[in-house]
Amino acid sequence: MSNPTECAVHAEGVAHRYGDKEALAGVDFSVARGERRGFLGPNGSGKSTLFKLLATILPLRAGRVTVLGSDLAQDYAAVRRRIGVVFQSPALDRKLSVRENLVYGGHLQGMRGRSLDARVDEMLSIGNLADRARDVVGTLSGGLRRRVEIAKGLLHAPDLVLLDEPSTGLDPAARQDLWAFLRAQTGLTVLFTTHLMDEAEEADRLTILDGGKVVAEGAPDELRAGLGGEVLQIHCADAAALAPEVDALLGVRSQVLSGVVRVEHDHAHRLVAQVVDRFGERLQRVSVAPPSLEDVFIARTGHRLGEEI
Amino acid sequence: MALTVYSLWHREIVRFLRDRSRVFSSVGQPILFWLLFAGALRRSEMPGGLSYGEYFFAGTLAMIVMFTAIFSTITVIEDRKEGFLQGVLVSPVPRAAIALGKISGTATLAVLHALLFLALAPLAGVPLGLDAFVAGLGVLVLMALALAGVGFSLAWVMDSSAGFHGVMMVFLMPMLLLSGAFFPAEGTHPVLGVLMAVNPLTYAVSLLRHALYAGTAATAELPSVALCLAVTLAFAFGTFALGTRIVLRRTARDAI
Repeated sequence: MSNPTECAVHAEGVAHRYGDKEALAGVDFSVARGERRGFLGPNGSGKSTLFKLLATILPLRAGRVTVLGSDLAQDYAAVRRRIGVVFQSPALDRKLSVRENLVYGGHLQGMRGRSLDARVDEMLSIGNLADRARDVVGTLSGGLRRRVEIAKGLLHAPDLVLLDEPSTGLDPAARQDLWAFLRAQTGLTVLFTTHLMDEAEEADRLTILDGGKVVAEGAPDELRAGLGGEVLQIHCADAAALAPEVDALLGVRSQVLSGVVRVEHDHAHRLVAQVVDRFGERLQRVSVAPPSLEDVFIARTGHRLGEEI
Repeated sequence: MALTVYSLWHREIVRFLRDRSRVFSSVGQPILFWLLFAGALRRSEMPGGLSYGEYFFAGTLAMIVMFTAIFSTITVIEDRKEGFLQGVLVSPVPRAAIALGKISGTATLAVLHALLFLALAPLAGVPLGLDAFVAGLGVLVLMALALAGVGFSLAWVMDSSAGFHGVMMVFLMPMLLLSGAFFPAEGTHPVLGVLMAVNPLTYAVSLLRHALYAGTAATAELPSVALCLAVTLAFAFGTFALGTRIVLRRTARDAI
C-alpha cells in the first residue's frame, strides 16, 4: 500500500482553498486496487472538493496524488482516460434519449462504430435500461437517470470509478440495485462520497472527513469496534440540565447532541434502570444500542453528521 | 478530435430538431421587429433610396444570427455546472474540440434560422439573385461563427444565466444596435459614429449589405468589401481563438 504505483489512489497532503475558505487542509489516504472506498462527511467536510480534485475538474495545487500510477497534477490527461466519473447531478443531456447519451458519451472516450454500439447494448442490458433506450432522459425518474449516468460512467470500462453522493434521489430499492451492480464489477476500484450512514456500510474501508481533515479511517466494523461498548441515548425535554445530573449519578461524562444526552459505556444497558428510577417522568425515551457509524463520527468530531458546520 | 467535434456539433443539431420552439424565439422575434419597424418607419428614406423595410432586412438577418447565438450558447452555463458538459470536461477530449463543437453547432443553427428569413426576401421587396444568395450565405456563415464565438466565450466565464442576461443587455444588444443593422452611421452623433466604426459587427453587417445589394447605390456609403471581409474574417477567427483559450483554462472557480 505504501508504494504509490501499486495503489489505485495514493494521496499525500492534499489541500485546497476557494479564496479565503479552506476546503481541504492536508489529507492523506491510500486506496488499494479493487477496493470500495467511501468518503463520509457532512456538507462542508471537503469531500466534494476531494471528488472534484480526483475527477480532474479542479486543478491539484497542493499535495501529491497518484491515480493508477499517473500523477494527477502532471498527467491528468492519462488519469481521465482510465477513470469513470458519476456526478451527483447526472451529466446527461435531458433532451436526448438514453441511448444517444451513451453514444455521445462513448464518442468523448474515443469509442465509435460497431464496437461502441455493442458496448452501449451491453451497458443498457447490465443497467436494466434496455427497454428505456429510446426514452428521452428528461422524462425519466431520478433513479433511472442515475442508472443511465452510471452506465455512461462505466461505458469505457474504466479501472476506477468516482461517484459523488451516488444515492442522492434514489429510493431504497434503487439504492440496493445500484450497489449490487457495483459489487458485481470485479476488479473495479470504487471511490464514493456520501453523508449517509447506510451507504457508508457499502465501503470496504471508510475515510471520515470533517472540516477538511481526515478524522478516522478503517473498515466500518473496525471503526465501530474501536469505540467498544454501547451507547445510551436519553431523550428528554431539558437535555442540557439533565446531563450534569446523569454524569453525577452514573459517574460518566455525557455529551448533549441535538437535544439528546449521550453516554458511551461498556455496559450501557446496565445503566438504564438507574436512569429511569431517578429521572422517571422527565424522560421521553431511553435507548441502548451498539455504536453506529454515526457514533464513530460523533466520537471523533463532537458533533452529528447531519449538522451543518 | 474530429469525432469529438462532430459528436458535439451533432448534439446541437439533434437538440434543435427536438426543441423546435427555439425557432420562434430566435426567428419569430426578429421577424416581428422587422414587421413593426418596416411598418412604422415606412416614410423614412434610407441610403441608396431603400425603404426602411429593405434596409432593415439585412439588419434582421444579423439580429436572427445574434439571438440564435445567445440562446444556444447560454445553455453552456448550466450544462457545465450540472449537465452534459460536466462529463465532457472530465473526458480525455482536447478542450479545443469542445469550443469548436459548440461554436460550429451554434453557427449552423444560426445560419439555418437566418436562411428561413432570407427565403422571405422577395416578400420584403429585396430582389435576391443566386449570386446574392450565395454571397449572403457565405457572409452569414462568418457572422454566425463570430457571434457564436462571442456568446460561447461570455457564457464560459459566467457563473449564472442571470449574469449572461446582464451582459446581453449592456454589451450584446448595443453591439447589434450600433452595427448598422437598424440605422446607418451617416448623420448619427459623432460618438455613435466612432462606436460604430470600432464595432467589428458593423463590418459583418456591411459585408452582408454588399452581398445582398451588390452594385446598387445602397452600398455606396459602406466601408469597402475588402475591409469588411478582412474585419469579419478576423472577428470570426479571433472569437474562436478566444473561446478555445478560455476553455483551456482550468481554474479553481470551475467547480463552484
